[in-house]
Amino acid sequence: MPPLLEIAGLSKSFPGVKALDAVDLAVQAGEIHALMGENGAGKSTLIKVLTGVFPRDAGETRLSGKEIAPKSPREAEALGISTVYQEVNLIPHLSVAENICIGRQPTWIGTVRWGAIAKRARAALARLDLSLDVNRQLSSYSIAIQQMVAIARALDVSAKLLILDEPTSSLDKTEVDELFKKLRILRQDGLGIIFITHFLDQVYEITDSITVLRNGCRVGCFATKELPRINLVSHMIGRNLGQVEALEQTRASTATIRSETPMLEARAMGKKGSIQPLDLDIRPGEVVGLAGLLGSGRTETARLLFGIDNPDQGTIRINNQPVKFRSPRTAIRYRIALTPEDRKVAGVIPSLTVRENIVLALQASRGSWRRLSIVEQEKLADRFIKSLGIKTPSREQIVRNLSGGNQQKVLLARWLATEPKLFILDEPTRGIDVGAKAEIEKLIQSLRQDGLAVLFISSELEEVVRQSQRVVVLRDRRKVDELTEAAISEQAIMESIASHSSERPEA
Amino acid sequence: MSDWLSDLIFWIAVAAILFGLRRQRIFWTVGALGLLLVFNQFFTPGFFHLQVLDGHLYGSRIDVLNQGAKVMLLSLGMVLVIATGGVDLSVGAVMAIAAAVSSRLLVTQHLPAGVAIAVALGVSVLAGAWNGLLVAGFGIQPIVATLVLMVAGRGIAQLITEGQIINFLDPTMVYLGNGHLFGLPFTLTLVIVMLLLTHFLVRRTALGLFIESVGDNDEASRYSGINAKQVKFLVYTFSGLCAGLAGLVACSNIKSADANNIGLYLELDAILAVVVGGTSLQGGRFYLVGAVVGGLFIQTLTTTFYAKNVSSDIAPVPKALVIIAVCLLQSEVFRTRFARVLSPIEKFLKPVGSWLPRHLPTTARHDSPKS
Amino acid sequence: MTRLNPKYIPLVATAVVLVAVFGTGSALYPNFGTPRVFVNLLNDNAFVGVAAIGESFVILSGGIDLSVGSMVAFVGILIAKLLQVGCDPFLAMGIALCAGTFAGAVMGCLIYFFEMPPFLVTLAGLFCLRGLGFVIYPESIGIDHPFYAQVLPQLSILVAPKAVLPFTAMCFLASVLVGTFIASFTRFGRNVYAIGSNENSARLMGLPIAQTKILTYALAGFFSAAGGVVATFYMQSGNPASFVGLELDAIASVVIGGTLLTGGVGFIPGTLMGVLILGLIQTLINFNGTLNSWWTKIVIGVLLLIFIVLQKLISRRAVTQL
Repeated sequence: MPPLLEIAGLSKSFPGVKALDAVDLAVQAGEIHALMGENGAGKSTLIKVLTGVFPRDAGETRLSGKEIAPKSPREAEALGISTVYQEVNLIPHLSVAENICIGRQPTWIGTVRWGAIAKRARAALARLDLSLDVNRQLSSYSIAIQQMVAIARALDVSAKLLILDEPTSSLDKTEVDELFKKLRILRQDGLGIIFITHFLDQVYEITDSITVLRNGCRVGCFATKELPRINLVSHMIGRNLGQVEALEQTRASTATIRSETPMLEARAMGKKGSIQPLDLDIRPGEVVGLAGLLGSGRTETARLLFGIDNPDQGTIRINNQPVKFRSPRTAIRYRIALTPEDRKVAGVIPSLTVRENIVLALQASRGSWRRLSIVEQEKLADRFIKSLGIKTPSREQIVRNLSGGNQQKVLLARWLATEPKLFILDEPTRGIDVGAKAEIEKLIQSLRQDGLAVLFISSELEEVVRQSQRVVVLRDRRKVDELTEAAISEQAIMESIASHSSERPEA
Repeated sequence: MSDWLSDLIFWIAVAAILFGLRRQRIFWTVGALGLLLVFNQFFTPGFFHLQVLDGHLYGSRIDVLNQGAKVMLLSLGMVLVIATGGVDLSVGAVMAIAAAVSSRLLVTQHLPAGVAIAVALGVSVLAGAWNGLLVAGFGIQPIVATLVLMVAGRGIAQLITEGQIINFLDPTMVYLGNGHLFGLPFTLTLVIVMLLLTHFLVRRTALGLFIESVGDNDEASRYSGINAKQVKFLVYTFSGLCAGLAGLVACSNIKSADANNIGLYLELDAILAVVVGGTSLQGGRFYLVGAVVGGLFIQTLTTTFYAKNVSSDIAPVPKALVIIAVCLLQSEVFRTRFARVLSPIEKFLKPVGSWLPRHLPTTARHDSPKS
Repeated sequence: MTRLNPKYIPLVATAVVLVAVFGTGSALYPNFGTPRVFVNLLNDNAFVGVAAIGESFVILSGGIDLSVGSMVAFVGILIAKLLQVGCDPFLAMGIALCAGTFAGAVMGCLIYFFEMPPFLVTLAGLFCLRGLGFVIYPESIGIDHPFYAQVLPQLSILVAPKAVLPFTAMCFLASVLVGTFIASFTRFGRNVYAIGSNENSARLMGLPIAQTKILTYALAGFFSAAGGVVATFYMQSGNPASFVGLELDAIASVVIGGTLLTGGVGFIPGTLMGVLILGLIQTLINFNGTLNSWWTKIVIGVLLLIFIVLQKLISRRAVTQL
């Protein structure tokens, strides 16, 4: 008997990026199949191609042995493939019943039959062993319930395959248990379920098999029972053979100029729903690596340190002075810089020039009136274009037209121009080519030698190991380990991440 | 001076300006204006006639400059608002308020013109600040926030004039919209001074950079330490000031304050001027001079209709078509979909100007997916 | 104890305002609270009301339609001209309604296919229709067709002593019923709500975005044109220069009627109440005699502000609840 879903050789490119490279995937009826991978691994793209949001470049998909090629989510749904997304993609202002039935309401000569809708919604919810007041507005229910409603909607069309894209990321422990109970019911009913998550515990709790993606390629497909945690972590973020050769082995030397007094000291700093209280010291001349899987609280920590979010507990001291950041502007005043994880959303100003992007932060700290003269701006831009090797036809080039690596360098230049004391780098090497990667790594080391404090966040373990003098390991939004100097190794970090803990996040 | 000689000098000057601007984005705005003038040169007798009376120049082209002053002034404020990704629908109503305040103080309170003008401008700035407060402070969408003053503003203006049309003869106020300086209408001087002032305000300080940055990527600007709220508040306030000035000119033109009709639909003309001037409604890069030339273009269009004896009532139709055409050219979807039709034109125009080529999708822009 | 569903808060506020305004009027003026005043209110605001129903759909879908005033004027002069050249009144109305629907659909296509901002496209619509009205005939044309002069006045119902419900008011009430039916009992109507609330979700849920959006503007065009037809009943003439700024009244009625300007929340009967509030304020000011008409605009502006801020607060609370 053929598998329920069979994907073979699926490829998809976006300009400049190969998002999926000949990916295979097979899901049986009555199994829960985990799809794992870090940011940029291609999970979302795979789902979007499968459900017809993006057209594919190559490859084929078979559902119950029949070739399919849906062109829209609607078509995919009609074929029996339903998706529930991470952010609940329902209409918060409408009632529960309507959310389940909208678009396929029972009608009587064009008139929507509200009674029948409520009945059908109750039936769909009953399949999940739930009973709600279906006439209440969806937004009056918790996210967990909304998630269930989304699943009920997905099941309302006789679905054969249910895709759950990170459904648990905003649920607490009891809610997750509740969800898993429902999923087990559905598995019994013979549904195939693709489950995307970054919580290892959950993968081992509920799934039957695991497919790991990395950089758009399939690493492998494993039976969950036969794959030790450590191997899974290694498949996701461990050594990537292709790149090791290209990158110089510049394992940071331990003998560095380092002051023993920390530049930044965070004590029990935390924010409910974002990261549990943690301690963190960063000294001048030191690179502190922040390791952990996607969703472990890496970016959240950076956001607190840069004043984008405000911690609701704990203290931050800079050079022994207690500080409170209300906005990035306060953090910048204390000479902190941050290059964000998402360059497009929070980093570059796409339609301004390289020069303007480079001077932006320095100019912002000087205010509107003390404008840098054009000559000063040009000097500054030229200096960084040269010293960072930004490949651009001119300093007046629009940043949108640069490659990812060069955009990242422009961002680094923007902050270096402000002469920061603490530099937070959130995934500075993601989505850029190997050459630029090596250059950025070298730059980080030279900054450290100049006495900067650096907080380095990366999904690639070897990179963290190579760069850091100290590594803080995060898991499920809490700090689980801190490794120093000789103790830092990929193996040690992976073990910390994989170490089983009975506790679950209380996000 | 014979007409053909002055025409010749005029056309040489136009050609020289176009040549000088051939690599600038506003080439297309100026070019469109030039085409309209060419049409008038051949098909509108008397359009190019200039005459000197009492040392002052008169003629259709001078009328365009004088009548267009209001839209040009408005567009100076509007272009900054649009650059931040917003829009100010209340400028017409603020014009009416400024006109009402100044003439009321002048006529019923017998205050000197200087005081009346100053108070009127102060009130306009307050009105702009109110919009800025709603948009930046409360985070209400710009269209919605400025709609409030658009509706209530005219009522406030009528309240101030007590529903009367106030006529005035104060020489200073009358001079504002009808006087001459250096043989040219004073309004022209006013527009140029305001243009220079605005240019100084945004390009000699870092404000322009911040405005473009906020309009292009609000979040990244915040991450870079820009006070986005302050920037937004400032542009709406400045737009209020510009609207106030335009309102004073408008009531001076007709030597009376008519709260019902002053500035009616001018917000639309101002938005149009900004868009024709090359600034995208999505925010980001803005073109000050482009907006002013855009205002001139719209006025020329209107004046051409007058000259051709087309009823002023039908004039909105071509205006609407211009809006649609310009916005289609700015629409990403349109350019992608009709790339095949547009690319030969692009090739043909490449040696001439750089606006279309640079903005046609020569490099596809797709956001790479996130997993 | 069931908590009040937050989506009803603006509607309740609308009802409270309506009762308060009506109560104030009745307390101040003995003649105010009579059925006759109420019937006149419906009659005087019928054309705004009908147009506001269409505007409600556009705003519910997250857009805005600025072409309402021009559309009403355009349809008015179109019908007047057609009748002048001897056209059958029903045919003339049919032509007018088709023209309005078509214009709406064209605007909808521009908005959907080229992702142009609705306020700009409908602004162009405003200019175009205003100009086209003048192309048809540049001045007011009176309508003296027997249908208008003799049949229409008889199409009225005596609802209370000295209170005759005229045909225009019936058209208004019928529009409210039809609009409510479309909004609440058709798939199209529900899709409008979904798109206005969250277009991205609606797309991922597989709802027909293109069809719904274009149809929304077509429907708004139809209702605006119907408003124009009702206006000819009311004015007994057509004038291309009339109804300037009517779109603002329509938008204000919709918002004061409790519809969220950002889309997704609102009720058609709310729009009816919004129109009545606006009309009552006008009536109140007329009754007063010493207050002047500009107070209407100021009061409407203040009400608009209150409702916008109220909506902002509700949506902010909804966000923090998540």
